[in-house]
Amino acid sequence: MSWVTKTLSSTLGRKLIMALTGLFLILFLTGHVSGNLLLFKNDGGQAFNIYAKFMTTNPAVKLLSYLTYISVIGHVIYSILLSQLNKTARPVGYAETKSSKNSSSASRNMGVLGTIILVFLIIHMQSFWYQMHWGDLPIVSYDGEEYKDLFSIVSFAFQSELMVIGYVIAMGFLGFHLSHGFASAFQTLGLNHKKYSPAIEGLGKIYSILVPILFASMPVYIYFTSLS
Amino acid sequence: MKLTLKIWRQKNASDKGGFVTYPVDGISTDMSFLEMLDVLNEQLTEKGEDPVHFDHDCREGICGMCSLYINGNPHGPLQTTTCQLHMRSFSDGQTITIEPWRAKAFPVVKDLVVNRSAFDRIIQAGGYVSVNTGGVPDANEIPIPKRIADEAFDAATCIGCGACVAACKNASAMLFTSAKISQLALLPQGRVERKERAEKMVAQMDAEGFGACTNTGACAAECPKGISLTNIARMNREYFAAVVSSENV
Repeated sequence: MSWVTKTLSSTLGRKLIMALTGLFLILFLTGHVSGNLLLFKNDGGQAFNIYAKFMTTNPAVKLLSYLTYISVIGHVIYSILLSQLNKTARPVGYAETKSSKNSSSASRNMGVLGTIILVFLIIHMQSFWYQMHWGDLPIVSYDGEEYKDLFSIVSFAFQSELMVIGYVIAMGFLGFHLSHGFASAFQTLGLNHKKYSPAIEGLGKIYSILVPILFASMPVYIYFTSLS
Repeated sequence: MKLTLKIWRQKNASDKGGFVTYPVDGISTDMSFLEMLDVLNEQLTEKGEDPVHFDHDCREGICGMCSLYINGNPHGPLQTTTCQLHMRSFSDGQTITIEPWRAKAFPVVKDLVVNRSAFDRIIQAGGYVSVNTGGVPDANEIPIPKRIADEAFDAATCIGCGACVAACKNASAMLFTSAKISQLALLPQGRVERKERAEKMVAQMDAEGFGACTNTGACAAECPKGISLTNIARMNREYFAAVVSSENV
């Protein structure tokens, strides 16, 4: 084994991959939530559709999107590898544990939270990402240029109460996952410092509340505007 | 005090083992947890039964020999060693569940005794400073700032009891290994071999079958010596810097 493969198959190497892919996905979420704020613009979806076209055709964004796919797949594969390793490290469990005394429930259930988020992600990508790339979308034209009307698909999807509730709940799970994952990624990278760690932890808490709330507010907003 | 003890009994490493319930009476609140087990063992011996085997040595909270997973936490409800845990932390009539440390790398020898040699092998892999020749150096020959000396000392207070492994949901030994790496990496004498040390100790830790870290912080919360999570971050820095810059291909 070369030193690279040896390092990446060590416990610390696997954790390094989890941290790097996790941080990249945090960057992705920041971009995703900022762009999607255009859904709140009261213009019949024009700005959102123009943005959606840019995000699927711009070469720089394409490169970033491939990095995002790799990060998602890497994060999932390495979490499975680590979970398997961690399971074998304790073949006989305890009859009684009081782990709530020494750690947060989010930190102990990252795998469960991640699995729920993955299920959500598959449904989410099937609903919008797949439709945008290969679906049969209605076409709208603004200033003589044609655009796929992704906005109509989004606003139609969120007329269903079930979808809206599902999305809000999924964002709750995302929030718990991020509440531990954000600061944990920095710790794994060895970035622990008296000056900066409290700020990183604080930022992580704010991020894990703000971003899921912003995401969840989108389907809720669309649902209630469709009623009126 | 009157207590009901639910204790893990296991004849040897290959035995399946199981819980046996024992009632004990006449326990003083001033007794340490280990003294309470001594009372039980005296009763068992008088009855001609096999006493409950458990690890202990100094009974002063400094050797790291005592273990026991008591009512769902390593070393019981307080953040101390089991020998420094007193029966006043329990109430009369309580049922106390006592289990051995659970980890693949800490196989049960008998009853509550586990083999913690895996920790020794991690130390043997690089947890030392090589001094190959020469006389005894003068004290304070190498100036070390007080703050650094304190930090190294804090890491060095790890007594290797294994509560971190027992508390961790992944049975990870990262708090232990990182404390041992830190105490040397912080000091000039230890810096000479820092790369080799980080690589070898982490490799040995993995080879022993300990799990990975999820940064839950359970280890530090349960550590009787209050070893901090900053040591794990330092170990990660040491290890990543070592693998990219060392000569080991």
